[in-house]
Amino acid sequence: MSQFNFENELNSVLRMDAPMSKGPSIRWQRKEECNASVNSSLNISTASKTPMKNVNRSVNNPKTPSTGSGSKTPKSQGKSKTPAKAPKTPSGGDRFIPNRNATQFDLGHFKIMNDGKGDNPELLSPSQKEFQKVMSENLNGADIMSNKIISYKNKAPSAPEGYQNNLRVLYSSCKSPVSTAKKTTRNIPQFPERILDAPDIVDDYYLNLLDWSVTNQLAVCLGGSVYLWNAESGDINQLMQVESQEDYIGAVSWVKEGNYLALGTSSGEVQLWDVTAGKRLRNMPGHASRVGSLAWNSYILSSGSRSGSIHHHDVRVANHHIGTLNGHTQEVCGLQWSPDGRHLASGGNDNVLNIWPAHIGSLVSETSPIYTFTQHQAAVKALAWCPWQPNLLASGGGTADRHIRFWNCSTGTCAQSVDTKSQVCALLWSKDYKELISSHGFALNQLTIWKYPSLTKVSELTGHTARVLHMAMSPDGSTVVSAGADETLRLWKCFAVDDDKKKKQQQKSSSKDSSRVLSMTSKIR
Amino acid sequence: MAATATQNAITLKGSTEIVSEFFSFGINSILYQRGIYPPETFTRQQKYGLTLLVTTDDALKNYLNEVISQVKEWLQQMTVKKLVVVIKDIDTKEVFERWQFDVECDKSVLSDGKPREKSEKEINKEICSVLRQITASVTFLPLLESACAFDLLVYTDKDLEVPDSWGEDGPQFIANSEEVRLRSFTTLLHKVDAMVAYKKTD
Repeated sequence: MSQFNFENELNSVLRMDAPMSKGPSIRWQRKEECNASVNSSLNISTASKTPMKNVNRSVNNPKTPSTGSGSKTPKSQGKSKTPAKAPKTPSGGDRFIPNRNATQFDLGHFKIMNDGKGDNPELLSPSQKEFQKVMSENLNGADIMSNKIISYKNKAPSAPEGYQNNLRVLYSSCKSPVSTAKKTTRNIPQFPERILDAPDIVDDYYLNLLDWSVTNQLAVCLGGSVYLWNAESGDINQLMQVESQEDYIGAVSWVKEGNYLALGTSSGEVQLWDVTAGKRLRNMPGHASRVGSLAWNSYILSSGSRSGSIHHHDVRVANHHIGTLNGHTQEVCGLQWSPDGRHLASGGNDNVLNIWPAHIGSLVSETSPIYTFTQHQAAVKALAWCPWQPNLLASGGGTADRHIRFWNCSTGTCAQSVDTKSQVCALLWSKDYKELISSHGFALNQLTIWKYPSLTKVSELTGHTARVLHMAMSPDGSTVVSAGADETLRLWKCFAVDDDKKKKQQQKSSSKDSSRVLSMTSKIR
Repeated sequence: MAATATQNAITLKGSTEIVSEFFSFGINSILYQRGIYPPETFTRQQKYGLTLLVTTDDALKNYLNEVISQVKEWLQQMTVKKLVVVIKDIDTKEVFERWQFDVECDKSVLSDGKPREKSEKEINKEICSVLRQITASVTFLPLLESACAFDLLVYTDKDLEVPDSWGEDGPQFIANSEEVRLRSFTTLLHKVDAMVAYKKTD
């Protein structure tokens, strides 16, 4: 049958050492053969005698009258139309019309039948065998034939679960020094608006040394003293200083109203200060070791300690200690109440993130967390509740983890996560944009603004020369202050809202409301 | 005088001891330097005038001891040709690095049994430079991005009787690799050439 012709011919070609069965056939023979094969195998009119077919039929005979490449035929040069061009058939159409005459059935058959048994050793010529041998020697080593390669059947124990090559942490973070941030229409200043000195700021990942009040005062702990910087006037006041040389302040937190400041000290005390009077109102001891995190929920002040316990203090009553949460085995370094006051998120150096229920008003001493998330591979310090989506919490892990994770605290699932390639020190959500900002350590010591929920980088703010330990947001939400271990505070106006836009929005909301609001705005103007 | 003379003589047993000890420290160094196991599971040890890190993990120690004691036996019989440390991805099994130690044996000692003359100090100096190179190679080897495991391959004579606890394996070559020859050392009975091959990063 014709479909074997090609195979047989090919075999005879490949076997160079085999006796030549026949030379290239004469042209008329080929022509006849061709026509006959088409006739016999395909029930198709053979009217079109395509000389092209011979090209595919016989490898022995590479002379192709159709290509015209050899310029053996002066005729084809003279004539503009070569038979192969076949201008009558529509060639440029968008439809594929199979042409049985042009289809190489015997080649197709050969390919299908020979699939997978291409390297039949019998068919190899001696030179090919030699070639294969050399290749295998090259691939498997020259002495593969004379050697045995053996290995011990019991394989080596694998590294402990969750272990990550330290070098990876070290090197992969510098892989993309060029920021991959996407351009946005909003202009984000790449340089800090202001740089303030923060001498003696404690370079400790586990503390929370920065907070900005609604009254526009920034509280900063520098070693053993607390300074207040008035963001409007630029005045600096020293609020207090600890008596002992060894002690320092580990945490600050403003009450929501902005008139009281809570401090956590290295000796385990929680203090309450009236900033207008500059006086200490209360001292609430109780922790066994230093207090590195504080969070307010109206009159409840929660404090996290190095001992791993979290205390709730009711600051109104004499017997302030109203509850203890024991969910961490190591230092509590992140503590945040949700905006609605229903959940408390706490992150510890034990890589655990706990979500606690609120039990305000009831004296509950022993509660267990609603959820315990253990996905982080390092200390969880950076915590931030989303202002526009209730129960959405963002948390960032330390050097060995480097992920920001997003948690749905009503279902207890991890909604998203992103590898930041650097230690996450602090996280803040923007009030005006659907964005959040994270501050990082090695290698770039940058602040990164992320779009949520797409988690694309909007911008990267660099400038700090050491890790950016803390962040706080101005009451209007336009400015972020970052405190670095390089002893500087930098103010970034990265969430500035266009004034016109804001006015328009205000007008919109006011026109919707009743006349009472209108009268209010008229009063302002 | 007699004491120094015996110290400079290297017998087959002594040579085997030296080479297998080198393998033990060499493998430990590779595992530490390439971060295959957590660095906190290693402890410092003074050897060859260097501070070398050796594992404290019991399971790993057992494994290495068993392999090396077997290799030692073959070293003595002079049937070992190569020892290869293969570093590969735990999940995909893709080979990232191959640390190859070619062993050339002077088989004439099997018949004549004569010790060779070379001072231990000199050998240690050579070993020291090989181990230094292993440590230094971290600087040019590409980063192992994913979690990796290692395997030890031993090339032996074709006619060797393989113990039950050992099985035949493939050479586990790296596709598209770059090779760096390291130094070698010799006890005059065993000559060890070191080489590292790693996956080319494009």
